[in-house]
Amino acid sequence: MLVETAAHDRAPARTRQGPPLTSEQADRIRRIRRTGAYVLLIVSSAMFLLPFLWMLTTSLKSDADNLAFPPQWLPDSFHFENYIKGWSGSLPFTKFLVNTIVITGLSMAGNLISCVLPAYAFARMRAPAAGIMFGALMATMMIPREITLVPKFIMFSKLGWVDTYLPLIVPEFFGVALYIFLLRQFFTTIPQELIDAARIDGASELRILWSVMLPLARPAIAAICLFSFVGNWNQYLENSIYLRSMDKITLAQGLGMFSGQYVTQYNQMMAVSIISMMPILIVFFLAQKTFIRGVTLTGIAGR
Amino acid sequence: MTAVSARGTLARREARRFYLFTSPWTIGFVLFSVGPILAAVVLSFMKWNLLQSPTWVGLANYERMVNDPEFWESIGNTVEYGAGAVALGVTFTFLLALLLNQPLRFQGLFRTVMYLPSVVSGLATALLWLNILHPDYGLINKVLASIGIQGPGWLASQEWAIPGLVLMSVWGAGNTIVIYLAGLQGIPKTLYEAAEIDGAGWWRRFWSVTVPMMSPVIFFNVVTGFIAALQSYVLILVMTEGGPGNATMVLGLYIYRHAFVYFDMGYAATLSWAMFVLVIAVTAIQFSLARRWVHYEFK
Repeated sequence: MLVETAAHDRAPARTRQGPPLTSEQADRIRRIRRTGAYVLLIVSSAMFLLPFLWMLTTSLKSDADNLAFPPQWLPDSFHFENYIKGWSGSLPFTKFLVNTIVITGLSMAGNLISCVLPAYAFARMRAPAAGIMFGALMATMMIPREITLVPKFIMFSKLGWVDTYLPLIVPEFFGVALYIFLLRQFFTTIPQELIDAARIDGASELRILWSVMLPLARPAIAAICLFSFVGNWNQYLENSIYLRSMDKITLAQGLGMFSGQYVTQYNQMMAVSIISMMPILIVFFLAQKTFIRGVTLTGIAGR
Repeated sequence: MTAVSARGTLARREARRFYLFTSPWTIGFVLFSVGPILAAVVLSFMKWNLLQSPTWVGLANYERMVNDPEFWESIGNTVEYGAGAVALGVTFTFLLALLLNQPLRFQGLFRTVMYLPSVVSGLATALLWLNILHPDYGLINKVLASIGIQGPGWLASQEWAIPGLVLMSVWGAGNTIVIYLAGLQGIPKTLYEAAEIDGAGWWRRFWSVTVPMMSPVIFFNVVTGFIAALQSYVLILVMTEGGPGNATMVLGLYIYRHAFVYFDMGYAATLSWAMFVLVIAVTAIQFSLARRWVHYEFK
């Protein structure tokens, strides 16, 4: 069924005519193709690496080189002490790091728990109000965040939640429209045959979700973990609205204060930015591994 | 029991389960979203500068908006930026994801590098791109000059400012690449094997297996790409503040200006609802077109 719906046009599938390739020729084609792929990868990586290299060189510049105009791409000398000066200067960045870990960890857990169930229902269950509810879900993504900012703040301050982590963490336990939509799209690609088979075996919906859907949607779950991590780690606007005390604020806020305090010290600011980026890169490197392990659904398309 | 009523009971049970499973989101929607949304509706009929208490002005804000030439100009800019960013972003990142999905060495490293721009802070991104797009000493125009082409003025020119911003947006689309990569893992290998046995070449496997199997994921990227692009303004604020002239004054920036520079919260709310209508219209078109090209396993 998969193959038939997949084929859009009805032209014969055979595209290459003529005598079959010798194994030598096939090898050469494969080699050329692989070299081409590497060249493309290296060229595009160079483009994407640029911002990081620029941050790196800026973080190593002397205070004087910082202000040079037009900006220098490479510093005259390397100042590694910018990292220590920036991190253990007047702002308690280690404390900010701990706070960020607490908020990010709890929010991520909340996102995961609260997005999987609705996504499964939106992808695979029928109900009279399903269409309207999906519309409402999509609509919440489309309302400009800026305009609900003030009413939200008034609501949370009436609850006495200002200067606590509650306004940042509690809503994360009630689903994020973007992640629900993303997971739903992945759940819709899983062959119905697998679900039917599990149902015939007497599996409950939760069981199907846990043993059929989630393992197959693992790359999507990894993507959501990553987005949730990065989003909460870098969250600046909401954090600075709700968190006031110096002992509660996060890394992103600390970086913001940094640029306010030392307007010209881009070098130290970049150094601290790079340190605060490192956890994200580590999480990314771990998450992307799940994108390698391909999912094989044997015995489905073979009919 | 007749067959019809048995089916009715089953359907009711499925519907009950649906409401139960979606309840985390439904409860959150009622608790945290409905109130602020209603408040924003009421606000659009008010005049409020955040300091004095709001006063009711009826439809005045809406009348003002319809007759505001800058508003209509910003709609045009928003659509131009959104269409450019999505068209270029969705195709370019798809090709990159296909490349990053090849069984080659160092892929973990390549993937991490291509995600880097999405991690770098907005301020650093803005400073970097101001340098890259600078008409005289910018990287792009220097490269163009070396092959004998006189580069455009980019952010300094009325016509090239939005294309410049589109280039920047594509470069920061690491999340889109991640979503494509995740989607590519879900395509059963047996489909490719079957296609190969049938003699399908690379191009044919791409069009008849990869694209249809990826269509729900491509659809996701197009829809959310439009939503994000039509709402975006933060980087534009830092880089051009809407200039030169009003060339990059997008709707999000126009709302920001009225809300947090002129402190005209009522008018900002009205403009926000206009943006909401714009985004919802674009999304509705996407969903109605989706029936023609998105392939779902469950209908």
